Amino acid sequence: MKITVSSTGLSALDRPRLPMIALVVFALALAVFFVFPDRLSLAAYIGIFALFALSLDLALGMAGIVTLGHAAFFGVGAYTAGWLALAGWQEPITGVVISGLCAAALAGALGPFILRLTGLPLVMVTLAVGVFLFEAANKLTWLTGGDDGLYGMTFSPVLGIFEWSIYGTTDYLYVLAWLALAFYGCHRLTTSNFGLALRGVRENRLRMSLLGSSVLAQLTLAYALSAFIAGVAGALLAQTSEFVGLEVLSVEKSIDVVVILVLGGVGHLYGALLGAPVYLLIKDMSKEWNPHAWMIIIGFMLVFVMLVARGGIHGVLHKVIARSRGKLPNGEPR
Amino acid sequence: MEQFLASLAFIILYGGTYGAVLFIISVGLVMTMGLMRVPNLAHGAFAALGGYLTILLMNQAGANYFVAVPVAVILVAALGALAERTIYVRLYNIPELDQILLTVGIAFIFVGGLALTFGPNVFTIRLPEVLSGSVDLFGRSFPVYRVFLLAVGALIILGFWLVFDRTTLGAKLRAAVDNRSMAQATGINVERIVMLAFAAGTGLAALGGAIGAGLFPLEPLYPIKYLTIILIIVALSGFGNIKSSIVVAMVVGIADTAARYYLPELGGFAIYALVIAAVAMRPAGMFARQG
Repeated sequence: MKITVSSTGLSALDRPRLPMIALVVFALALAVFFVFPDRLSLAAYIGIFALFALSLDLALGMAGIVTLGHAAFFGVGAYTAGWLALAGWQEPITGVVISGLCAAALAGALGPFILRLTGLPLVMVTLAVGVFLFEAANKLTWLTGGDDGLYGMTFSPVLGIFEWSIYGTTDYLYVLAWLALAFYGCHRLTTSNFGLALRGVRENRLRMSLLGSSVLAQLTLAYALSAFIAGVAGALLAQTSEFVGLEVLSVEKSIDVVVILVLGGVGHLYGALLGAPVYLLIKDMSKEWNPHAWMIIIGFMLVFVMLVARGGIHGVLHKVIARSRGKLPNGEPR
Repeated sequence: MEQFLASLAFIILYGGTYGAVLFIISVGLVMTMGLMRVPNLAHGAFAALGGYLTILLMNQAGANYFVAVPVAVILVAALGALAERTIYVRLYNIPELDQILLTVGIAFIFVGGLALTFGPNVFTIRLPEVLSGSVDLFGRSFPVYRVFLLAVGALIILGFWLVFDRTTLGAKLRAAVDNRSMAQATGINVERIVMLAFAAGTGLAALGGAIGAGLFPLEPLYPIKYLTIILIIVALSGFGNIKSSIVVAMVVGIADTAARYYLPELGGFAIYALVIAAVAMRPAGMFARQG
């Protein structure tokens, strides 16, 4: 079975379009800081999931790795950050980097085995790896605290200056800084030779290997980079909430992040930024309204996006902008 | 030694009943995935619906268990046929990820709908008197309910064999699984076959959900909760190989039970380690022809 990703992918040598979207999103994100000073904890949470979804876009959108187990890396990042702090390493930035590296190491170890698979077997194995880690974390209570999770950790001020506050001001700006950094890094990556090679692998694995490309090594590297960012996101969740619970490794988190990315739009990096606030705000609001209705709403949204609005929010925005300029760019399906 | 053999026999019996339910629920997905090439991640939702409809028929309409289960199965199969014609038919030629997400969306709708209609709690189906006793086996008691599960599993295997090997419909079905366009070209109405197979698959899921409720408790999260184990059977069976799905379901059922019994510390996730290793070695399924 051939893997294709439902993105309206960039043609190989294009500069990514719509850089405006990123600037607008980050400007809006900064505006949130001043307009909703009492909702910054939720905003930081959204930023963390945008980062998590960005990491998935690297694996799924760029490299075509269809995974239902990305929470594995998110969870490893979160637990690592928690353990470090509990062991006395309270400096947050190095904590985040170490957590990301641990997640990347796991992906690097798994990659050579599981990335030979494509299609449904790959989906199955990533799902099984995710469930395996969840069940393991559930059983190894001396390590993870089991159901109770890890708590009682504290972190020293960011850069030694910015104290963590209960209003989430430091948390939010800290998350936003990591998100901006990761977004810039990923943006550079998409236009690099490595990014182009990945796109080639996504489109036609066999052809790339015949061209002399070491497909498995490239996929593993992409997977590890993606896991690094997912681990960073997990570590940020641990540091901002000062708690790590089992749910960071749950299948639900893996599905959440795929849904966020697909709602936003796969393969453009912007999808993560657009999908996270929409998904999490809808989830938050509909849960307040009725604790069960949110799954129905999210379910209908998924069906709608898949049947009507393929390409997600980014796809719709892209079309609207193109229409307003009186043209549909080349190579855009429909 | 005798102790060990006795416990082993019971693990095989208990694991076997577990495997029988797994088989009943997942064989429909194995069949439709081979035929339609659509990973229907909402399959568990049809199983849950079968269970909930049975409860509804028994509690609201006062139906007998042995009437409620078949009626629920037929209703879900009809819904399956309808869903195939309206929604799934649009999925055949879109990328895999989109198929996964759309069917996950359908599963979400079911989960939310079940929680709204029936509340978040676990539901139990009252078993009729005939099934609630136990029989004596090797000097230990064994629930009649589990004997019933094994019997239904055996009946379904027999049914599959009869339909597949002894009827024209079965021959057409096999042709459509092997080579869809070739089957179409020989004048087989593949569209109708797919619809029938999908209805049968969802009906079987509903049957498994209804009679297996003693092992897989009915709750709104059912469609997501048991998705992994169902998908494990499908993946190890090799997407479309019904014969191997019998063996795989039994092995998974028994291995899981044995692991939980002998290694209670690791039991819960031993099965996932097995799956990761198995799929990584044989991505096309355990019994796929090498090539």
